[in-house]
Amino acid sequence: MLSAKIKDKYELVVGLEVHAQLLTKSKMYATDSTEFGNMPNTQVSVLTLGHPGTLPKVNRRAVEFAIKMGLACNSTITRKNIFARKNYFYPDLPKGYQITQDKGPICVGGEVPVTLSDGSKRSIALTRIHMEEDAGKSMHLAGEVDTLVDFNRAGVPLIEIVSEPDIRSSEEAYAYLVEIKKLVKYLDICDGNMEEGSLRCDANISVMLKGAKEYGKKVEVKNMNSFRNVARAIEHEFERQVAMVEEGVEIISETRTFDAATGLTASMRTKEDLNDYRYFPEPDLSPVVVSEEWLESIKVAMPSLPRELHHKFVNEFGLPEYDAGVLTDSKEIARYFEKLCKKTKNYKAASNWMMGPVKSYLNELTLHIEDFPVTPEQLAALIALIDEGKVNFSVASQKIYPELLKNANKSPLQIAQELNLIQESDEGSLKPIVESVLAENEAKVAEYKSGKKGLMGMFMGQVMKKSQGKADPKVATKLLSEILDN
Amino acid sequence: MEKFLSFDDIKKSLENRETDCKAIVNYYLQNIQTKAHLNAFVEVYKDSALEQASKVDEKISSGKAGKLAGMVIGIKDVLVYQDHESNASSKILKGFKSQFTSTAVQRLIDEDAIIIGRLNCDEFGMGSSNENSAHGKVLNAADEERVPGGSSGGSAVAVQANLCTVSLGTDTGGSVRQPAAFTGLVGIKPTYSRVSRWGLIAYASSFDTIGVFSRNVPDNALVMEVMAGPDNFDSTVSRKAVPHYSELLHFDKRAKVAYLTETIESPALQEEIKSNTVAVLDKLKEEGHQVEEVHFPLLKYVLPTYYILTTAEASSNLSRFDGVKYGYRTPNAHNLESMYKKTRSEGFGEEVKRRIMLGTFVLSASYYDAYFTKAQRVRRLIKEFTEDLLTKYDYIIMPTTPTTAFKFGEHSNDPVAMYLEDLFTVQASVSGVPSISIPNGKDKKGLPIGLQVMANSFKEAELYAFAKYLTDINSNS
Repeated sequence: MLSAKIKDKYELVVGLEVHAQLLTKSKMYATDSTEFGNMPNTQVSVLTLGHPGTLPKVNRRAVEFAIKMGLACNSTITRKNIFARKNYFYPDLPKGYQITQDKGPICVGGEVPVTLSDGSKRSIALTRIHMEEDAGKSMHLAGEVDTLVDFNRAGVPLIEIVSEPDIRSSEEAYAYLVEIKKLVKYLDICDGNMEEGSLRCDANISVMLKGAKEYGKKVEVKNMNSFRNVARAIEHEFERQVAMVEEGVEIISETRTFDAATGLTASMRTKEDLNDYRYFPEPDLSPVVVSEEWLESIKVAMPSLPRELHHKFVNEFGLPEYDAGVLTDSKEIARYFEKLCKKTKNYKAASNWMMGPVKSYLNELTLHIEDFPVTPEQLAALIALIDEGKVNFSVASQKIYPELLKNANKSPLQIAQELNLIQESDEGSLKPIVESVLAENEAKVAEYKSGKKGLMGMFMGQVMKKSQGKADPKVATKLLSEILDN
Repeated sequence: MEKFLSFDDIKKSLENRETDCKAIVNYYLQNIQTKAHLNAFVEVYKDSALEQASKVDEKISSGKAGKLAGMVIGIKDVLVYQDHESNASSKILKGFKSQFTSTAVQRLIDEDAIIIGRLNCDEFGMGSSNENSAHGKVLNAADEERVPGGSSGGSAVAVQANLCTVSLGTDTGGSVRQPAAFTGLVGIKPTYSRVSRWGLIAYASSFDTIGVFSRNVPDNALVMEVMAGPDNFDSTVSRKAVPHYSELLHFDKRAKVAYLTETIESPALQEEIKSNTVAVLDKLKEEGHQVEEVHFPLLKYVLPTYYILTTAEASSNLSRFDGVKYGYRTPNAHNLESMYKKTRSEGFGEEVKRRIMLGTFVLSASYYDAYFTKAQRVRRLIKEFTEDLLTKYDYIIMPTTPTTAFKFGEHSNDPVAMYLEDLFTVQASVSGVPSISIPNGKDKKGLPIGLQVMANSFKEAELYAFAKYLTDINSNS
C-alpha cells in the first residue's frame, strides 16, 4: 500500500464510456424485435444476419431516444447525422462492421451534474453521445466444443455516452453513473440494468502529478458489471499506476480487464494489438436530418428531469436539499410526490410521509411505487386530517395508515370514524374527563401545586387513556392548566 | 431463323395470337441450349420460367396482363431472387440461396416479365472481361476468342446471342456500358439512386447501379421505367417520381452537345473508334445541333479516384463473407483465425482479393488522408465539373471504351491495363450521372464499337430520347 503522502502528490484522471441499450421495440437498422430472453436466433431477419443484398434503415425512435438524452445533458444536437462503419472481424458481428457514428455524433458536448456525499456539486463534461448497434453474443455451452453465436442481440440500438477526462475520484465516477442511470430511466430510453448488460461502462484511467499540464498514458478498463465495481477498478488502477510512476516504470496504453473477485485488473491487450477500425462514412444510409419540427416535437414530449424536479422541490415547495434528493431518486417516486403536492400544500408533511411510512412499506414488501395501494388523494386527505386537528400523527401513521393499506377504497376520514379515532377537541365534552382525572389523583394535584410541574405529563396520559386516545392534546393541556394553575 | 428481336415483335406476335409466352420461353430455352458454350447462363430457371409463362398467358387471355407480359429477362448473378441461388460468381457464396427478391427483379415480375435464369459475371462485379468468374469465362458471340467485356459479360452475351429479350446487369464503373459496347447492344447505367439497390449484392455501395441490356432503346427505356423509383427498403434511393421513359422517346429539339478533348484525343483510343465517334459528332452538326469541344483536365484522376473509393467500400462490403453464417466455409480450419483466413483465401478469386487488400490499405489509419480523404475530395471535383458541364450542355458524347473487345488473357497479367478499359466509363460512375452506350458501327475486324452519351442526374428521359435519335440518324450502324 502506498502512503497517503505519496498518493496525495498525484491526481486521478478518468473518462467514462457508457453504452446504454435503448428500449425500442425494433432494432437500430432492422425491424426485428429487440425483446430480451427469447430462444437464440429467433429475432434474426436477413438484415440482422447481414445477408448479401440487404440494406440498413435507421430506426427513428432510436434517434429520438438519443436526442432525448442529449437534451437532458444540454448537448448540442447534430442536425445532419452521418453514420460510419467500424470494420473488424468477429463471429458475433454479422456484417464484419458495426454501423456507428464517427465524425459528427448526434449529440456534441453537454454535461452531467453530480452531487457528492459532502454535498458539493460538480458538472462532468461530455464529449459526445452517438448512436450505434449492438453485436450478437458468442456462447460457449458446457460440453460443446464449438462456439455458438446468438444473433438476437445483434443490431439492438445503443447510445454511447462518452465523458471528457473530467472525473477526479472514484466517488465522482460512481455519482456520475448513478446520475446517468437516473437520467436514462427518467427518459424511459433504457432500463439501466447493469447486471443484465443494458448499461455497460468502460473506464479510461490515468494518473498525473498534481498541477501537471499533460495527462498520463491512459489505460482502458473493461468488464465491470456494477457501479461499485467501476469505483473499485478506478481505485485499484490509481494505486497501481501511482506505484508504477513512483518506481519509474513506464505505463503503457493498454486494455485491462477487471476481476470482481480479486478487485484487480489484468492486461487484455496492448494498443499495438488493437484493430485499425478503418472508419468511413456508411454509404448504405442516407444522412438522418433532424428538422426543427422534429426536434421541437421531441422537446415538447420531454418529461421533467430530476434536476428540474429537485429545483422545484427545494425552491417552490421549500423542502430541504436532502428531501429533494430522496424524492427525485426515481421518476416514479417524484411523480407520485408531485401528484400528492397538487392535493396538499403541507409539502414538508407530504415529504415526511413519503420518506417515512410510504418508503418503509415499499421497502418492506419490495414493491415499486406503481404498486402502492394508497392514492395521492388519500394520502393528502390523511395529511389534512392531522392538519385539521382531527387526529394526531401517531394515530394517523399507526392506526389509519395500516387500515388504508388494507382497504384502499375507503377514505382516511371514514376509517378514522369507523375506528372512532377522531380527536375530541370540544372543551365541553373534554372538561368532565379532565375533572374526573384530577379528582382521582388528589395527592398528585397537591404535589403539582407545590411545584412538581413535571406531573403534567402524567395527567395528560390519564386524560388520553380515559378518552381512548381521542383527546386533542392542545385542548386537554389548556383545560388542565386552567384548573391546576389557578 | 432469329425471332423476337424486340419486345415490339413479341407484343405483335402475342396480339396476333401467332405465339404465346410458353412458346417464347421455349424458343429462348432452345437458343440457350444451342449456345451453351458461350457460358452466359449460370443457371436456367426452366421450370419456373415455363410455369410463369403459363400464368402470364392466362393473364393475357383474361386481359389482365402487366406491361412486360411476354418479355423474357435474364438477371446478373449479383441480383438476389427468393429461393434461388445467388453466387455473385464467387466460390464464397457457393450454395447460397436468398430468402428475398431484389426490388428491381420483383418490379419486373410484378409487371409479368418472365425470369429465365441468372447470368455469369465477374466475381462481385469486379472486372472488365468476365474472366474473373467462379463459373468460368463468357465468350463474345461476335468473336468467340474474345471477351464480352465485364463485369456483366453474361448479361451482354445473353441478349447479343438472343437467349432472352433483355437482361439486367449492374454498373459500378462501366460494367453495363463496356460489355454493351463490346457486344453491340444498348446498355444504360441510370443515375445513382434511381433504382433501389435492395437485393443487389454490393460491390461499392456509393457507385453501384442496376442497368439494362437490350437490342434497342425503347425496350431499355420500358424496363428502366418499371424498375426505377422510391423503395422503402433502400434509404439512399431517390424519392423523385419516374417519368414514363418509353413514352417520351420523341426527340425534336436542338441539342447542345459537348465532347471532351481528353477522350477523343486519348492515345489509348483505337483509330476506328475515334473516327466513328467523330462521324457521329459531324452528323450532329450537319443536323443543326450545337457541338462543342470541351477540356476535361481531370480525366487522368478519374480512374485512381474510382479505384480508391470503390475498393475501400468493397473491402468493407465483402467482410460479411467470413464463413460464419452462410456460403463457403473452409474444411481445413483449426481455430477462428484460420477459419477466417482460409475461408476468405479459398473463397475469393484473385481480383477480389486484390481489391480487398487495396481497399483495406487506403482505409488504414496511416494512409487514410493521403488516399481515401483525398479521393473523396477529387470525387467531388469531378462530380461538380461534370454536373456543371451538363447544365451548360444537354449531353456529353464520348467513346464507351478505348478499344473494341480484346482477346482472352490479353490483360490477365496486367491489372492496370485492364483497369484502363474503364477509362471513359468511370466519369459517370464517379459523378453519379446517367450514361448510356449505344452501338456505333464496327471496327475492321467486325467487332462492335460503342458510343457513350451522358446526361445530367435524373435526365434519363432526355437521355433515352436522344439515344434513340442518335441510333436513327447514325450511318455507322
